[in-house]
Amino acid sequence: MLNYDLVVVGGGPAGMAAAIKARECGIDSILILERAETLGGILEQCIHTGFGLQYFGEQLSGPEYADRFIEQVKEMNIEYKTDTMVLDVTEDKTVYAVNKKDGLLEIKAKAVILAMGCRERPRGALNIPGTRASGIMTAGTAQKYVNIDGYMPGKKVVILGSGDIGLIMARRMTLEGAKVECVCELMPYSSGLTRNIVQCLEDFDIPLYLSTTVIDIQGKDRVTGVTIASVDENRQPIPGTERNIECDTLLLSVGLIPENELTKNVGIGLDRVTNGAVVDEYRETDHEGIFACGNVLHVHDLVDFVTQESQIAGEGAARYIQGKKGKPAYISTKGVGAVRYIVPQKVNINNEGDVKLFFRVGSTFKNATVKVSYNGTELISRKRPRLAPGEMENVTIKNDMLKTFAEGGVIEITVEA
Amino acid sequence: MNYDVAIIGAGVSGAFIARELSRYKLKIALLEKCNDLAMGTSKANSGIVHSGFDAIPGTLKAKLNVKGTSLMPEVCKELNVPFKPIGSLLVAFCDEELKTLDMLKARGEANGVPGLEIYDTAKLHEVEPALNEDAVAALWAPTAGIVCPYELTIGAAENAVSNGVEFIRNFAVDAIDYDGNEFTVKSGENCIKATYVVNAAGVFCDEIAAMAGDNSLHTIARKGEYMLCDKSVGNTVNHTIFQCPNKMGKGVLVTQTVDGNLLIGPSAIDIEDKENTDTTASTLASILETAKKSVPSLTTREVITSFAGLRAHLECDDFIIEKSKANDKFINVAGIESPGLSSAPAVGQYVADMIVSEYGAEKKSDFNPERKAPVRFRHLSNEERKALVEKNPAYGRIICRCETITEGEILDAIRAPAGARDVDGVKRRTRAGMGRCQGGFCGSKVVELLAKELGVEINEITKFGGESKILYERTK
Amino acid sequence: MTRNITCVTCPMGCSITVEINDAGEVISVSGNTCKRGETYAKNEVTHPARSLATTVRVNGGIYNVVPCKSSEDLPKEKIFECMKAVNEARVNAPVKLGDVLLENICGTGIDIVATNHCPAK
Repeated sequence: MLNYDLVVVGGGPAGMAAAIKARECGIDSILILERAETLGGILEQCIHTGFGLQYFGEQLSGPEYADRFIEQVKEMNIEYKTDTMVLDVTEDKTVYAVNKKDGLLEIKAKAVILAMGCRERPRGALNIPGTRASGIMTAGTAQKYVNIDGYMPGKKVVILGSGDIGLIMARRMTLEGAKVECVCELMPYSSGLTRNIVQCLEDFDIPLYLSTTVIDIQGKDRVTGVTIASVDENRQPIPGTERNIECDTLLLSVGLIPENELTKNVGIGLDRVTNGAVVDEYRETDHEGIFACGNVLHVHDLVDFVTQESQIAGEGAARYIQGKKGKPAYISTKGVGAVRYIVPQKVNINNEGDVKLFFRVGSTFKNATVKVSYNGTELISRKRPRLAPGEMENVTIKNDMLKTFAEGGVIEITVEA
Repeated sequence: MNYDVAIIGAGVSGAFIARELSRYKLKIALLEKCNDLAMGTSKANSGIVHSGFDAIPGTLKAKLNVKGTSLMPEVCKELNVPFKPIGSLLVAFCDEELKTLDMLKARGEANGVPGLEIYDTAKLHEVEPALNEDAVAALWAPTAGIVCPYELTIGAAENAVSNGVEFIRNFAVDAIDYDGNEFTVKSGENCIKATYVVNAAGVFCDEIAAMAGDNSLHTIARKGEYMLCDKSVGNTVNHTIFQCPNKMGKGVLVTQTVDGNLLIGPSAIDIEDKENTDTTASTLASILETAKKSVPSLTTREVITSFAGLRAHLECDDFIIEKSKANDKFINVAGIESPGLSSAPAVGQYVADMIVSEYGAEKKSDFNPERKAPVRFRHLSNEERKALVEKNPAYGRIICRCETITEGEILDAIRAPAGARDVDGVKRRTRAGMGRCQGGFCGSKVVELLAKELGVEINEITKFGGESKILYERTK
Repeated sequence: MTRNITCVTCPMGCSITVEINDAGEVISVSGNTCKRGETYAKNEVTHPARSLATTVRVNGGIYNVVPCKSSEDLPKEKIFECMKAVNEARVNAPVKLGDVLLENICGTGIDIVATNHCPAK
């Protein structure tokens, strides 16, 4: 049995930022457990630039962004184990993990930070009929093959889903000599960043078909083609719009799902919209001393926000370990109308600082007003030139405002067009 | 190479025939056109061990079903393949169907099926609360159970290979010659010689028989599509739920699988193309509609994948297991549709008896009926895991995160007798890639491990043999 | 002649129309909502530039390839030419993040630098 003050599950951007922050807050005994061979998480395969604009004010590639934190982890002598899989976290914060070198590890922690990230939605979840040929994979899997292994997963490609990974892979495959026939998006808008639509598709004349999906896949051994069709407002294929496209590869970029299997095993309460834990402003879950941050909590569009959120969790865990948490009095937050969710879902009004509420909308708005109310009374009204489902928004609740709230109150955020 | 017996087709029938014959001093080849075992009907069916009340008394189906099912618990134990005797309920929704229940009960009793019982409305809903309230009665068959069809095939074939059978994959038979003494079985440039040939080629039985000059068979490929649901709804039903059979077969069932998922299907549509295992949106929708008649709470929300399999149907509606009229050393094992999985252990014995008695083969003294249990890290206690990793560190590296499958288990699957040679083969043997992410994370690691074990570059690894390559050339 | 472009300077994604004369000079910019948009639009029609992120083949490394990027944005029309040059290059392990892998690629005056480490095997 090993003992640590803090065990961080996951050594990607979230886990590293949380661990570093906890160390800065005075926690000496920290262990990061990472299932991959290296620290860095999914950033290691995201070799395109565009990371760090918010946090570092620089255009970094994924590995560069990760490396800044890896270097810090090493400089601070924060302990970590790679190629190590966490099998279970118990309610009393015992962490069971396994690797080749140490075998089965049993680690007792005072606090645990869950930072397992997310995974891509697979084909099965979409129930696309057709064959079971090879050549169908998620965009992230293709990204790993191209950028880490240095092999081409296909030459004539159709991409289903216009999420950022799909767009990035459209460009990447094109640069490496593949022909990307088109990107199909089920929704009438793309969930990807505008920058990526311009620089990854328009630059290379790759068509983006909105309100379009793949309804059939052909090919016995390897994919030989797909059938696409336009969909109506209920996302059902419209008869007569079917079109066959010859291709050897279908890449899927149809959404990300937080990896909360460990979270569920502990019995931590999850938010039905985010698919992540319900947390307070320090990202503490409903199990005392267990925190969650990064994409395991809710899927972020920018890693810079993951870093910021994870620092909050790191600080929260440090405060908890140091006994500074105090007795909380919670109010809850609630997204109304177009506001699909808010993180955190609850806020301790005894908190000594300002609290940022992060939220996501369900449709696109131009020149909209974001309104924040407390128990029905409007507190804040802010103009936003543009709101989109693909871009996370935030509003700050100042501490003096927080102090006027009472336990059990409700903060609501709405958007008016 | 010269063999006493060549078995064409490494599905569940071929595998059990090989295993039964491997009890004797015989040189046996198990020939398979694909890159792995269980690549046809045996990898995509309901996985039901039927009690045996469906088949008409006196038919081979009736006889071998009841015998196979009675052998199944012991066989699964020997082969270390999970078998769950959950029993089945055939549900009636109207008076007309009540008569069907009585008829099938009588038929089952004539076939020698033990324990059949008619449950009344109250009893029925008590044992199976998720059933449609319109269900009025059911035929309860306690000997029915569930098994993973490809795991059973792999278990039998591995055991056969351990007992000396030679498994030859990628051997697509395209010609069979007979010189009056022995057969020459050809696959392109390759050929083997054998005294007996067993034709266990599933939907292709008729084509293989024709190569030996026997044009008496005509198999019809009957496609069945299925939907597999997440484990979170695996417990929706406690038993296998059948509706009353129709002329196309046993109809749409709802059942747990041995791995704890929920399975809905199959459809039954006769098709021309014997390799068409496409799923179609309309068929999947109609399966669900039909299944909801049994269990109204079913939805598509929990569906994690869909698949289709082909059954080898014969017009006579019975198994044909006999010496070919064209050549009495050529044995057809044809029309092995449902209850072919249930019957497989009995089919194996039946065919072995035909050959052994005539050939005068002696029993081996060193036949080992046991197949070593594969390591299943996810099922072990922490103490067992600890000991295991200490002994072999490869069990300490998790490759498939969703199903908790270790590198050691994947290496075992590749190194096993008749082991995996492709990604799907690893998946069927270990469950790596069968979880929620469907191989998104572990797929590339499985490819790496296969390449390393087989001593090839990663772009030579396939999903399931043939042209199903996963990667093209290097980017640079 | 006019050209319509989508501004990518910020998430607003303004549709900007740029008018150009026969000499390729910008006459007017409209549709932008800020000064940065105007600058972007002018550059985009006169000398568009893009960053290039790809990989270089490594000899003797623990990986086949190491990721890299252009130290500055490259002229857009030279992207495929630069890709070709990068694809033909070979570097020896170990590679350190920040190492210059190719100097002055295709005469652009811009270097290709490693964006991750690749230790020797």
